[in-house]
Amino acid sequence: MNHWIIAPVLLPALMGALIILWMRHDLFLQRVFGLIATGLLLFVSIYLLWLASDGDVRVYRLGNWRAPFGIVLMLDRLAAIMLTLTSILALVVQLYAFGSGWDRKGWHFHALWQFQLMGIGGAFLTGDAFNLFVFFEVLLIASYGLMIHGGGPMRLRAGVQYIAYNLAGSTLFLGALGAIYAATGTLNMADLALRVAEMSPDDTALLRTGAVLLMLVFAVKAAIFPLHFWLPSTYANAPGPTAALFAIMSKVGVYAIIRFFTLVFPQDSVVETIATDLLLPAALFTLALGQIAVAGTRSLTRMAAYAAIASIGTLMISVARFSPEGLSAGLYYMIHSTLATGALFLVVDLIAARRGGDVWLRLRPAIKNTGIVSALFFTTAIAIAGLPPLSGFIGKLLILDATAEDPWMGWIWGTILITSLFAIVGFGRAGSMLFWKSHTLDPEPGNDTDEGPRPAPGPIPTKLDTDEQIQDVADSASPGLAFTSVFMLLGCLAMLTLAAGPVTQYLSDTTTQMLTPQLYIESVIEQQEGARP
Amino acid sequence: MEILVASAIGAMTAAGVYLILRIRTFAVVLGMTMLSYAINVFLFSTGRLVIGAAPILDNYAENPTYTDPLPQALVLTAIVISFGMTAVVVMMALGAFIEGGDDRIDMPDDDRIMPDLRTVEDEEARDSVAQPAKSQPVGNEVGS
Repeated sequence: MNHWIIAPVLLPALMGALIILWMRHDLFLQRVFGLIATGLLLFVSIYLLWLASDGDVRVYRLGNWRAPFGIVLMLDRLAAIMLTLTSILALVVQLYAFGSGWDRKGWHFHALWQFQLMGIGGAFLTGDAFNLFVFFEVLLIASYGLMIHGGGPMRLRAGVQYIAYNLAGSTLFLGALGAIYAATGTLNMADLALRVAEMSPDDTALLRTGAVLLMLVFAVKAAIFPLHFWLPSTYANAPGPTAALFAIMSKVGVYAIIRFFTLVFPQDSVVETIATDLLLPAALFTLALGQIAVAGTRSLTRMAAYAAIASIGTLMISVARFSPEGLSAGLYYMIHSTLATGALFLVVDLIAARRGGDVWLRLRPAIKNTGIVSALFFTTAIAIAGLPPLSGFIGKLLILDATAEDPWMGWIWGTILITSLFAIVGFGRAGSMLFWKSHTLDPEPGNDTDEGPRPAPGPIPTKLDTDEQIQDVADSASPGLAFTSVFMLLGCLAMLTLAAGPVTQYLSDTTTQMLTPQLYIESVIEQQEGARP
Repeated sequence: MEILVASAIGAMTAAGVYLILRIRTFAVVLGMTMLSYAINVFLFSTGRLVIGAAPILDNYAENPTYTDPLPQALVLTAIVISFGMTAVVVMMALGAFIEGGDDRIDMPDDDRIMPDLRTVEDEEARDSVAQPAKSQPVGNEVGS
């Protein structure tokens, strides 16, 4: 057993606890240790990515108990890719949080950040369905804190909705696990795969119910069409860095769908194509809804939120058939859209900070740093709408290519191509309103947010006034760092474009591994020498 | 006994779903609690219902009946988690009530519809009329 496999869970857990116990009142130490923790996490994930690249499925038995009884963590290519993606995004967005001063807006930002990473990392690594539930709860409870970071009535209200929706989702998750346990008698994913494959096709009502319930739960997390209602208000009202980190959180739902419906309920098992039949139309609706709303909404943050929904739709269209080409195209688009959505939320936050927190698309005088911000907005919009030359274009091309033989090809191509136009129109309109038309107005130096004394930079303010809950450029700790982190995300996208060949090669290896469940069953259940009985 | 347990789960789920769909946060929190009770009982029954048996497999007993221990462990975890989550949602609902002035669970129109541009003078005029409640710092209920 390689003990580094558990490091992505342990490291943030220890660091989070350390931050909250020892450096509660010292923001500088929190920043240093938070950065060290996330940086180490990135190193560990890259090491794990390298480790997983030989195609073995590595198993970590907690307490060294035998597999169906003890909890296992599984490291395969997919988990390693998702971990690396998470730590890259988390590190860059954390830098943005320092630079923009968001981490000074309330308490415990860095501790919650670490706990959030622990939950996400655990969810990607675990090989046990109930353990997945526990890690979902860990990442959710940290996300509740991050989401209302900074406070303010709208954010708190959106937070209550977010919690209520996700608590209902968690309840559903438990119900699904109960149904699956009642039908199979196990919750270890590899063991489940074994039992499901052996099940007779006459008595599967409970199992099928469990599988569909499970898919609904993950669809709630991923915000797929009829279950997406929590997302727009949550992401639109969340602090910028939090919303950017949430870009990976909705992918956790997609990851769980991929994991369960390739490993446990593949299409040749008794569950058949129940997932595809439900997911594909839902994904088409999700994409259409997201892109039309991007063109229709008049709030910048909601626009970014709907762009996130649309990217989930595109991703699910590709994944829904669980075909090798579709999965690997979907994974490429997942990497791209996570980084691009994160960048979009950061750029929107940059803009909002320069407009005194006004996120509505209405005519205001030109903002500070309008040149650089508009360039960033333009690039991010290109990335997220899927225009050449950035990786969104390659991603969409791969998806179109993967679905060329599909019986639903007309619907898929039509939806993807036509809705891209809506997104372009939406982003174009927003950009021209923000950056071009604003020059028709005279700049007003003393507009409505420059009043009142600014908080001194440095330690956390003991008490927040309502005015301070809006992020403003005047109290950003280091605008340069904030810009740098957005540039870093866009740089990652450029690298993803340039390295598209090797990346797609790795991803198609990943897909081959995922579609061979025997590998998992073998390494988890059969190779158990040395494990405690 | 099966009928009793099943109808209890059904009744609690029905009550929970009804309460969750209410517009006030208090009812929603209650509904959430009801739902998690229902699910806990359901989880308990997934290991099959056995009366008067210990969750230990005793090889030396004459009549080795036992009840499945795993669902009991799962329920224990689920109870702890739902307890913590209820505490969080109560704190958040209180925060939203204090900050937002009412306990409706739906978002106000300002979330979707562009509000009029308000200047500092307008805000001051509004504040001097409304006198909002001074609030505690938020965001520190988790983990402290």
